[in-house]
Amino acid sequence: MNTAELIPHLFRTEYRKIVAVLCRRFGFDQIEMAEDIASETFLTATQTWGITGIPPNPPAWLYNVAKNKAKNYLQRSSTFKSKVSPEIINSTPDFYETEIDLSPENINDSQLQMMFAICNPIISTEAQVGLSLRILCGFGVQEIADAFLTNKETINKRLFRAKEKLRALKIKIQLPGSSEIDERLAPVLTTIYLLFNEGYYSVSQDKTLRKDLCLEAMRLCTMLIENQNTNKPDVNALLSLMCFHASRFEARFNKNGEHILYEKQDTSLWNTDLISKGGYFLSCAASGNKLSKYHIEAEIAYWSTRQADTKEKWESVLQLYNLLLQIEYSPIAALNRTYALSKANGKEEAIIEAEKLELTDNHFYFALLGELYTDLNNLKAKGNFEKALLLAKSEGDKQSIKKKMDEM
Amino acid sequence: MNEYLILMRLDLITKEAQPSPEQMEGYMKQYHDWVGGIAAQNKFVGGTGLSMEGKVIKPNNVITDGPFAEVKESIAGFVTIKAKDMDDAVNMAKTCPILLGDGNSIEVRQITGSHQDNN
Repeated sequence: MNTAELIPHLFRTEYRKIVAVLCRRFGFDQIEMAEDIASETFLTATQTWGITGIPPNPPAWLYNVAKNKAKNYLQRSSTFKSKVSPEIINSTPDFYETEIDLSPENINDSQLQMMFAICNPIISTEAQVGLSLRILCGFGVQEIADAFLTNKETINKRLFRAKEKLRALKIKIQLPGSSEIDERLAPVLTTIYLLFNEGYYSVSQDKTLRKDLCLEAMRLCTMLIENQNTNKPDVNALLSLMCFHASRFEARFNKNGEHILYEKQDTSLWNTDLISKGGYFLSCAASGNKLSKYHIEAEIAYWSTRQADTKEKWESVLQLYNLLLQIEYSPIAALNRTYALSKANGKEEAIIEAEKLELTDNHFYFALLGELYTDLNNLKAKGNFEKALLLAKSEGDKQSIKKKMDEM
Repeated sequence: MNEYLILMRLDLITKEAQPSPEQMEGYMKQYHDWVGGIAAQNKFVGGTGLSMEGKVIKPNNVITDGPFAEVKESIAGFVTIKAKDMDDAVNMAKTCPILLGDGNSIEVRQITGSHQDNN
């Protein structure tokens, strides 16, 4: 790799570590300083490596520069002295001399703690996902804007407001105590799951970016599992579910980036390694007595790794959706449940149930009705597909609906 | 939207009225599909089946075993739902598969949200 390729790569893997460590050390209210120092470190690397060549151990080089920059900053900055609570300085005798600890253990701890600081319901879920992408995953603002199909200014504003809010709250960067860990884990898991879905179902056409989002979500979840305080059954269930879904990543799109319907996917492209990992984490999730929505969704995702239409499969999936909807309603789960109902109990019953859903602003709703009416009443099927086409926003969705119409 | 209690009653004492394990499995599937259908409309609030054992407590500290010592219609389970009005709630309750059994019944009551009598 040359400098031009290496730096963006290192930015993705190292920026977040430097920010987390500095932020943990100096407090959340110094997050902008932490980000500035990390950014400047990469600027220095770009300038220096272009002349002197790439150092033998690039991450170590970056850490060193970051440490020095942090020290200089602290010594220079009078605002820091007045802003940072004096007790930190007083309680740490050699505050300015102490090495900034960029050991693997401290990096890991810091990142884990940052996760809990950022995934806080006090800021909107969009802001949590955005901040996670920036601070925990080292995504550039442009990349985040691409993922959300918006522009840099919007993302910058959103991130800035979120940081201000967290700062005002005086968020502590630490792991929650064992008594509140379940409660605090919930929003962390939600954010990780949203991050994954953002990649998996995103309207963005950029396949590499989408895959990166999914992998980052899985990496964050793995970090939670590797720490014994946060290695809980629902965390394992979430990772299991993401492994099962991610196993189909390569089979979901053709060469032109068009979505391939599940039934049409080439199962030889499914990643068997991820499928068995999903199975492993699902078995790890089977302890304790709490059945979370992630458990149910992971089991549904498990059935998705078996393409063949069997009675057992659809009956199991239907019962899982029956259960999932009682825990947490969502329109997409309601629609999927109705599809499973048609496979398990027949189309006639599913149509009656589908008509009750009244999700008339949802193109998936009409696409489902179209599919259920196909062969039973093709005129109605066509009418529903047409309604779906009118409501569908993304090109990929429109293509999928057209394909269904052609098959009719 | 108001909340309604759907109280399911069935005969838990007459021996002939008890389903075989296979029949029971079929009934449970129908029941789960019925609850799932309510949940899919975002109208499920809560509720669950009940254990076959229980105690009945009467004045003067009279406690007897079983919820069904004297009546043929025992409470089998309850579900609370959201519905526009009583008619809507009754329509949802009507499709409960428990009504496929002779002598079984369902009672629908609006949940008032307070302990006072709203009527």
